[in-house]
Amino acid sequence: MQKIIKITTSIFFIFILVVFYISLNNTSDYDTENLVGIKLEKIKLESFENKKYLTNENLKKNNFTLINFWASWCAPCRVEHPFLMELSQEKNLKILGVNFKDKRNNALNFLDNLGNPYHYLAKDDQGKQSIGFGIYGIPESILIDKDFIVIKKFVGPLNLEDLNEIKKITNLL
Amino acid sequence: MLSNIGNSLLFLNVIISLLIIYYSYNCLKISNNLIFKKIYNLSLFQSTSILICFFTLISAFLISDFSLINVYQNSHSLKPVFYKISGTWGNHEGSLLLWVIILTIFSFLFLISNNKHPKDYRLYTLIIQNLLILGFLFFILFNSNPFGIVNPVPKEGLGLNPILQDPALAIHPPLLYVGFVGSSIYFSAAMASMISNYNDKPFAKSIKSWVLISWVFQTLGILVGSIWAYYELGWGGFWFWDPVENASLLPWFAMTALLHSLLVLEKRKALYFWTIILCLLTFTLSVTGTFLVRSGILNSVHTFANDPTRGIYILIFLSIMISASVYLLFTKYKPEKSHVSANSKETFVLINNWFMMFYLLTVLLGTLYPIFLDALLKSKISVGPPFYNSVIIPVVVVFLVFMAVGPQAKWIKNRFINLKQLLAILVGAIIINFAIIYFFKSYSVISNLIIISSLFLIISSLFDFLKKSETNLSRILSHLSFGFLIFFIGLNHNFSIEKDFNLKLGETKIIDNYKFVLKDLELYNQSNYKTIIGKLQVRNVITNEERILKPEIRIYENPQTLTYEASILTNFFKDHYLTMSNIDRSEYYNIKFQEKPLMIWIWISTIALSFGGFLSLFRNAKNN
Amino acid sequence: MKFKIILTILLVNFYSCVLSDEIINENKIHKNLRCLVCQGQSISDSNSDFAITLKIVVKDLIEQGKTEDEIYNFLSEKYGDWILYKPKLNVVNFLLWFLPYFVLLLGGLIVFFIVRKNVKKT
Repeated sequence: MQKIIKITTSIFFIFILVVFYISLNNTSDYDTENLVGIKLEKIKLESFENKKYLTNENLKKNNFTLINFWASWCAPCRVEHPFLMELSQEKNLKILGVNFKDKRNNALNFLDNLGNPYHYLAKDDQGKQSIGFGIYGIPESILIDKDFIVIKKFVGPLNLEDLNEIKKITNLL
Repeated sequence: MLSNIGNSLLFLNVIISLLIIYYSYNCLKISNNLIFKKIYNLSLFQSTSILICFFTLISAFLISDFSLINVYQNSHSLKPVFYKISGTWGNHEGSLLLWVIILTIFSFLFLISNNKHPKDYRLYTLIIQNLLILGFLFFILFNSNPFGIVNPVPKEGLGLNPILQDPALAIHPPLLYVGFVGSSIYFSAAMASMISNYNDKPFAKSIKSWVLISWVFQTLGILVGSIWAYYELGWGGFWFWDPVENASLLPWFAMTALLHSLLVLEKRKALYFWTIILCLLTFTLSVTGTFLVRSGILNSVHTFANDPTRGIYILIFLSIMISASVYLLFTKYKPEKSHVSANSKETFVLINNWFMMFYLLTVLLGTLYPIFLDALLKSKISVGPPFYNSVIIPVVVVFLVFMAVGPQAKWIKNRFINLKQLLAILVGAIIINFAIIYFFKSYSVISNLIIISSLFLIISSLFDFLKKSETNLSRILSHLSFGFLIFFIGLNHNFSIEKDFNLKLGETKIIDNYKFVLKDLELYNQSNYKTIIGKLQVRNVITNEERILKPEIRIYENPQTLTYEASILTNFFKDHYLTMSNIDRSEYYNIKFQEKPLMIWIWISTIALSFGGFLSLFRNAKNN
Repeated sequence: MKFKIILTILLVNFYSCVLSDEIINENKIHKNLRCLVCQGQSISDSNSDFAITLKIVVKDLIEQGKTEDEIYNFLSEKYGDWILYKPKLNVVNFLLWFLPYFVLLLGGLIVFFIVRKNVKKT
């Protein structure tokens, strides 16, 4: 009996200390990786140009769609913009821009000055739709495939590495 | 210059510790009951030199000597003198020096104040305490040296985080450290007690004062931390079940359990090994807490700048501590003939320990579970206030009832507690509760139970006091104020009013019984920040009570930070709490208004609670 | 006996007035949602862009007639369980919810047996 208690106690402490050691080398930062692999079934976004809605119906013929959340007031969005311009040339990829909590005129100016990489443009005035996409700060981008399954999520501005990765994924087809 | 002095003093301390261990070891071999004079002298010398070392660091902060990397990172020549000083322990390296000071001074005081106890026990305590001191000195020297230098010498410091510029926060770490680092001395004493077979009543007597001191300071430290959170964070709460807060609460539970089990050991010679386990547990939890906070594996409001190598070091230290204490426990443990009888004080002390262990494990589990899940399954969860509230609060109800009944039982003797009286008290508590519900017009099952059970404890403690049969004033005061603490927390939690809305300059808003007007916004330039002060008129439409609250938004320069200063109006019945924050890209301000009944009484009850500990400490000192 | 009667009456009264009260509490939901862009705050305590948006969404969902649990499920599907301050009771979190009560029970038994053993002796 005593022996069992001794062994379990020792194992218990060793277990705790080992887990502490493992977690030292982990980052405790939050990410939204869990959205990857999930199907975005009910996409419904207000169009930027008119009163209509953008839904899964509009996107279903695309091989890949990159949903990009942006705003004219967001400084990092300017940083990633050249990469989006480059991606807009990709043949297997269409880009859906969601203008986030922005003023219409500012958004239009932004696109006039820096170019418009978006094949579709939607708006989310109050930011409510973005919650359905698991967005918590812009810029964020979500890459989905033909079946609306999330392949990858990019939090923060896209960089060169992300650009190449997206190109690689879309060109595999 | 200062860097060299500091480093040499740290080095000197290593040598003194080694010498103390060496001489103590030699002294143990001699078979009389005298301790070498030079051990006393060395121990005094050790305390003095570590204090001088600390003052060296303080003076570096005072004269803004930015050649020290620590001063450069944590201070600024424009900071007020008070915060320059508190900046010394407001950072990781400086606070470790404070750790070592407390370890050292407690070591010295324990040595000189326990001269009635046998030599072996005292020397073993001294040796183990010095091993702990050495561990932390090495940590400081090799990993977290506050005297590291930076080259070339910067012209100006990086500043102290404005959120940390608060009097409550400045005194909060020293209080807490006396609490949980102080627990090291009974860790050492417990180990020594097992090695030298010095146990039961005399052992209990030798550590009782130390347990009380650390408990009182831990209580006050937690209180001051809560006050800081309430006044400075601007969320209107005072306890968030944040992992770092939990880390200070865990040793407190262990200390409270220890405090009670010591009573049994002192009076009845029972529960020796359990008491030993609690002694070891308290300090182990303190070090674990330090590990969690300093290694950065927690996601918390209060994170220090993190660095995993610190984690490794503390983890090794912790592993050695745990294995040594577990090994010693296993070799020395023998089943004891316990003398616990039903319906006696011992039973109720056991019940206290039982509940304390429940709280401790719940909080420990809640704190560690996300870490474990992340490490083992890569799944991230949060454990926050709703979890703790729903697990702990129902159990507190039962606990309070035991706490009320317990002290009326006698030692050893079986005697039935006066059931009629208890029922009368219960009915009284329920009637008062009805009055409270009627007054506030809001209720929930669990808050009712909490209020009733705390009233039950309060009334029975008052009865105890009036009867004066057993004049244990410290116990009555502590139990009474604990009852009041839970009572006020319960009222405050359930009957707080919270309004959240947006307002622009000149606008008026009426919500329920309140009318809010944002009358004015003014911009001021202060020495190290700019501030926007709002002037809000709050009027209770029914009582016609009118208040002017002045919340602030501060913009600090070094480093660039935005902080929101709550405007708090306190009186004996309620606090009005209001924060104002700007909304990005809008002329509106977000206003959060709270009316919190009886807030100040939560602080007062906690002070009374720790005062009970003080009384007990004085009584204990007088008796010995 | 008199006491017991008074007691039962009071308890019955008190429960009946309590059980009638069951409304969905917006603030309670806010307190259970972690503000992901802040440091250890609930969205109730935060005024960040994210918290403001989430509050609007919660309000909408309540108006759509969603229950508390449905709201939590919707959000945890998008953001992961990290967003909930009160972990769901499932296989992974089973120990978290179960262990405290197990300890409470075990501790109670230990105390009971220690005390009973000694009652027998005397």
